[in-house]
Amino acid sequence: MIADFGFGVLVVSFLVALYSVVAAVYGELKKRPAMVESARRAMLLTWPLLTLTAGILIYLLVNDHYEVQFIYEVTSRSMPTYLKVTAWWGGQAGSLLFWSWLMSAFTSLVTFKKWDRDRELLPWVIVVSGITLAFFLGMNVFFENPFAQLYQTFDSNIKAYTFQPQNSMLFTPQDGRGLNPLLRHPGMVIHPPMLYLGFVSFVIPYAFAIAALITGRTDDRWIRLTRRWTLWAWLFLSAGLVLGGRWAYDVLGWGGYWGWDPVEIAAFMPWLTGTAFLHSVMIQEKRGMFKHWNMLLVILTYDLVIFGTFLTRSGVLSSVHSFAQSAIGPLFFAFIGITLITSVALIIYRWDALKSETQMKSLLSREALFLLNNLLFMSILVVCFWGVIYPLISELFTGQKVTVGPPFYERATGPLWASLLLLMGIAPLSAWGHSTVKTLGRAIWKPILGAVVITAVAFVTYTHNVYALIGFFLVALVILVTLYEYWRGVNARMKSQSENIFTAFWNLTGRNRRRYGGYIIHLSMMLMAIGILGIEIFQMETQGTIAIGDSLELSGYTIKYKEVASWDNPGAGVNYTRAVVEVYGEDGTYLGNLNPRKDYYYDSQQPMTIPGQLASLKDEVYVLLIDWEPINQESTTFKIFVNPLVNWLWLGSLLFLVGIIIAAWPDKDPERVAVRAGKRAHQISAAD
Amino acid sequence: MTESTNNAPERKGVPMWAQVIIWVFLAGLLVIVAMGLNRAQQGTIQPGQEVDDFALPLFSGYEYEGKSEVHLEDFRGKVVVINFWASWCKPCEQEAADLQRAWEEYGPTGEVIFLGVDYVDTEPEARVYLKKFGITFPNGPDLATRISQYFRIKGVPETYFIDREGVLHYVQVGPFTSLQQIKNIIDPMLAE
Amino acid sequence: MSKKKLRIIGYAILLLLVTISLITPAFAQGEEPTDDEVNKIAKQLYCPVCESTPLDVCPTEACRQWRELIRTQLAEGKSEDEIKQYFVTQYGARVLDEPPNRWASYLVPVVAFLLGAFMLFRGFRMWLKPAGARPAEIKNDAKPVPQDDYIQKMEEELKRRK
Repeated sequence: MIADFGFGVLVVSFLVALYSVVAAVYGELKKRPAMVESARRAMLLTWPLLTLTAGILIYLLVNDHYEVQFIYEVTSRSMPTYLKVTAWWGGQAGSLLFWSWLMSAFTSLVTFKKWDRDRELLPWVIVVSGITLAFFLGMNVFFENPFAQLYQTFDSNIKAYTFQPQNSMLFTPQDGRGLNPLLRHPGMVIHPPMLYLGFVSFVIPYAFAIAALITGRTDDRWIRLTRRWTLWAWLFLSAGLVLGGRWAYDVLGWGGYWGWDPVEIAAFMPWLTGTAFLHSVMIQEKRGMFKHWNMLLVILTYDLVIFGTFLTRSGVLSSVHSFAQSAIGPLFFAFIGITLITSVALIIYRWDALKSETQMKSLLSREALFLLNNLLFMSILVVCFWGVIYPLISELFTGQKVTVGPPFYERATGPLWASLLLLMGIAPLSAWGHSTVKTLGRAIWKPILGAVVITAVAFVTYTHNVYALIGFFLVALVILVTLYEYWRGVNARMKSQSENIFTAFWNLTGRNRRRYGGYIIHLSMMLMAIGILGIEIFQMETQGTIAIGDSLELSGYTIKYKEVASWDNPGAGVNYTRAVVEVYGEDGTYLGNLNPRKDYYYDSQQPMTIPGQLASLKDEVYVLLIDWEPINQESTTFKIFVNPLVNWLWLGSLLFLVGIIIAAWPDKDPERVAVRAGKRAHQISAAD
Repeated sequence: MTESTNNAPERKGVPMWAQVIIWVFLAGLLVIVAMGLNRAQQGTIQPGQEVDDFALPLFSGYEYEGKSEVHLEDFRGKVVVINFWASWCKPCEQEAADLQRAWEEYGPTGEVIFLGVDYVDTEPEARVYLKKFGITFPNGPDLATRISQYFRIKGVPETYFIDREGVLHYVQVGPFTSLQQIKNIIDPMLAE
Repeated sequence: MSKKKLRIIGYAILLLLVTISLITPAFAQGEEPTDDEVNKIAKQLYCPVCESTPLDVCPTEACRQWRELIRTQLAEGKSEDEIKQYFVTQYGARVLDEPPNRWASYLVPVVAFLLGAFMLFRGFRMWLKPAGARPAEIKNDAKPVPQDDYIQKMEEELKRRK
């Protein structure tokens, strides 16, 4: 009954979304502002409607309504309530609804704002976001109904139906199948919402870009309107990726955080174009150049978002993350095809209106370097895309199945990442419009010298590995340049405003959040780079089968096996096996106990390997319990990793999020700030 | 990379050749993804389709009439039962005994041949499995997963029944639950 | 360095390589290979049963069997390449972590990068042509370049005050 009501509300939301699209188009074409206003209100209505739908689904989830197929598939009685709620996005149908719900929240927010200056964009923004929303809701309504219930027909077949078939009875299983244990980790609970938030919020810049193309209003208004959206979208997407990495590190038990799995790459590709866009959009703001390119990047990002969703749900690439294949694959494909073709056609149609307002003047100017940055990001994108699609091409054209694994991606993107680091070191020192070798050289020689010294120290004390040294040099260079830029600002403020160093730092960042937030992001990237270099180049591992009291040794650490115990937790339907090992340092000092675990989930028959981790800034001892013989405690197999520097990666990730939040934090009055900055620029050029 | 037209104001819009390249590129991309999607949506090969010839090398001790490699074409005129299995596959164990009994029943008639195709397995483990269930019909590894790829199997166990003309007659996905179930499929094929 | 010296070094390296290749199987033969030796090879292989997970960490039964097979073959004294080759003939090229014909997989990204770089380079050259040679369609310095450089502004101010 409640489920039927939920489906009813879902259908109504779908119709409302469709109505808003139709009304907006009609109102715009027939010049009926009242219709556009009606469309806007319809758009605003979708969010409360979908919130109601979601509320009903959550009610069903929490109250064990196993007659609903989706509830049966993702929850079980033994799951705690918070997991039952988050099981909402643990399956295909629910996650689609979750996506729509977030999407409607964002479109409502957008339509809510004052539109006085941008009336002509409004209808088209509604159309684009409305179509996207209706598409996702349509999936739910026609193919993946989260409210479909199980019915037993007379030939005793049990199947899920949206409407009760004739001569059938509702079937309520005793218990559900339970959420995949891999998805029960806190990281996995937050990871999908973050990713989805990122995905969904990229729809907004796209909607504005398309609106600008359709109306022919091709100044950079659409960019100014969506700047914050883009940053927030980027924040969520980045947070989603980072959380996914941490989840893999903690739960998958392979001692790594990123496996170049097609599904990971699917989420990574929009991040790449999004990052390129964040940089190149500054050129358009400052110099009025590369308007086509920015449009293209937004379109690419949007379609890569949809493409990523498509890849994981269509079964085109089978992968550990994939939802089961279903009828929605072809529809996703059609949707991608249509949006891509329409968008590209629109750009070609408006090509002349998107001309640059100024000229490139110097190869070393900031804008030129940003273009190089874009080239590098796009090249990484090509590598990723090619790597994902290559097995498909190989199978289709040669019949040979192949695997494209980490070596390909590492080799192909390695030089590109290194070049990006180099750019990150140079670009902040170059000026908009014009830079010469001389001005740049004057600014950069000190940081280079510093980086050389640091690299030399690393050579003497840490490693002789060439790749690591190149990496350390670049990282040191970027850090020094960024700190130098910061110091210049702080110093100037301290002198001119007679502030102390902390107020100066605070005010400097607050005054120009995007710039200094950006620098914090650069710095955090460098911390992450240190962690990545550490684990990629210096990771050590060993595996051995030992008895209690024996120990294994790895890169200076001794891991001594103390005991093991196994017990059932019937309430949660899990069997835990937990070993106790002691870790000793090089000189025999006791460093701590670790408890690597193996959990076995009865309802899904899936084991999970939880590492014991001993973390420090220098490295991390990561112990896995691989195999265990209940009868004979003589043979317990452990796998041990020593991951040097890996915790810099997680520290960097935290700082990274702080940086984006600083950069994306709303200004009090953006219009006035912009005007003031413009005036200043005039004064300076007059003074020159 | 996108501004090239700016310096030639007399040219309006995007030059034709560039448009052609863009659209061809886009279309190519979409076609590849569409083909991949099409492949993903296909199930196993369907009954009614003529099955192409393939070679199956056989484990020693599981040869067919002394031959260490058989071809599907050798069995024209017989009903061929192709069973995909693996030693790590639990459901396969459910049907192993029934399959062997069916073989013992039909094998001597010379009208039916059973072929076991061992999917992604190691030979020592496969031998243990074959011995454990007392299997005697010809069995061999699916080298480079060529055969399973041809049949587009979705998992193991799967069993394919090919009639005397070499046309696929029936596909069983998942294990058989009884000997009778197997006989119910083979008997009508023999009667044809 | 003289050519002779180079040649000597070359021979020395060759000798070293030969010795290593002779020693490795000899050392492996006889004694039971360790988990680490098995994992070193397993790391580079992918089992079709669990896609996208390297063999050394894949928990399925099929993968455990594969690892045992590697151990057996190591014990028989086979080299890493021989073992990988065995797996390829048995299970197809997809067990490798990279497509077998490398140039095909690297070609497209490299070409794409070069193409992008070429277009960028061409673009730069066009933009950087002296202003006179260009149709005066775009007014070059009609508006000043707004430097979002807060510090620069402040430093300028400081200079003026001095």
